[in-house]
Amino acid sequence: MPWTRDQMAERAAKELQDGFYVNLGIGMPTLVANHIGEDIDVTLQSENGMLGMGPFPTEDEVDADLINAGKQTITELKRTSYFSSADSFGMIRGGHIDLSVLGAMEVAENGDIANWMIPGKMVKGMGGAMDLVAGVKRIIVLMDHTNKAGESKFLKACSLPLTGKNVVDMIVSDLGVFRRLDHDSPFQLIELAPGVTEEEVRSKTEAHYEVAL
Amino acid sequence: MADKVYANAAAALEGLTVDGITVMAGGFGLCGIPEKLIAALRDSGAKDLTCISNNAGVDDFGLGLLLRTRQIKKMISSYVGENKEFERQYLGGELELEFNPQGTLAERCRAGGAGIPGFYTKTGVGTLVAEGKEHKEFGGETYILETGLVADVALVKAWKADPYGNLVYRKTAQNFNSVMATAGKVTIAEVEELVGPGELDPDRIDTPGIFVQRLIVGQGYEKRIEQRTVREAA
Repeated sequence: MPWTRDQMAERAAKELQDGFYVNLGIGMPTLVANHIGEDIDVTLQSENGMLGMGPFPTEDEVDADLINAGKQTITELKRTSYFSSADSFGMIRGGHIDLSVLGAMEVAENGDIANWMIPGKMVKGMGGAMDLVAGVKRIIVLMDHTNKAGESKFLKACSLPLTGKNVVDMIVSDLGVFRRLDHDSPFQLIELAPGVTEEEVRSKTEAHYEVAL
Repeated sequence: MADKVYANAAAALEGLTVDGITVMAGGFGLCGIPEKLIAALRDSGAKDLTCISNNAGVDDFGLGLLLRTRQIKKMISSYVGENKEFERQYLGGELELEFNPQGTLAERCRAGGAGIPGFYTKTGVGTLVAEGKEHKEFGGETYILETGLVADVALVKAWKADPYGNLVYRKTAQNFNSVMATAGKVTIAEVEELVGPGELDPDRIDTPGIFVQRLIVGQGYEKRIEQRTVREAA
């Protein structure tokens, strides 16, 4: 059985280490917050100007001045700090954030990522995605292995406009996990979801990768 | 001392609302937007505006109000996904759009306000954003040249001000406001509360008064929430 979205988030959460500052992208990556181990201490950054993001508020705690980058109401923690958008992206661009988990439309075998634009359709904008992939120390992509038409999203080369070139370090899909040791190395398939075979992954993957199960 | 406090938003905009000006507006989504000043800018009828703002509001609030009335010619933003009127005008070729990565947009405003005409960043290298821009290597890595931004008028929202224009923001409502406050030839701040001289802690001023030329106290803030997400009380 391929992993569910929640199981994918759970797998990505295993990459978080004690003391990390982490930025979680909008959508599926936000689920990663639900799976952070109790034995590790992680500080979540929200690029609209907050370090130390807490859980959703109770009805009584809702505060219009306190939202995350997905524009959801949230709460603060004892460690929380607030700052400007310029300081926030100083943290991101300046390499102070340890890890970011992002969604993607396409990832290429050379580490390119496309996740902001489909030409000819409505373009919503890249938001902070280009800054995150350019500046954060380690980038994990959380995405379905194939698109709605059943085509591979892990490709030889991205067909959509890029968000960043050679920036992805790990892919967690519903079928398994790919990792590479550095930005000059090829991706390796290191893990399969339960019941998923290497043959199934190969048949649904256009990109070249090594197998290191 | 020049009196910075104006009676209302319309009075604070007087003499500034010329067609074709560039306007910065703070806020992230609908959080911390200068809602009173935007409404007054709409009422002024100024058109052919270039608006620099991270987002474009929603159809009936924030900068969406100025889109409805076709007062905006061009937007410089990082994300405009919540606005159907924006989509309609953009796809119809009625509206120009320049997308900036969010951090690049923030830094362009910061640089503009600090007298820095350009800076190099690795954000966007190898993407559409880099096309036509100068590339330069530093330490074996490639960077692109981005330029600083200055606005004819910057509209910002803060929590509290004193009569000298010193501003304090609240929680994530700061976002682009403190950056844009530095980058307006004229910066107008709207606040929820005006306090007396000496009542703000000088050690805790977010925007020093030198950046703020005009000031109003807004009444009855709507502070609309886009995604009200809650959990059950324990």
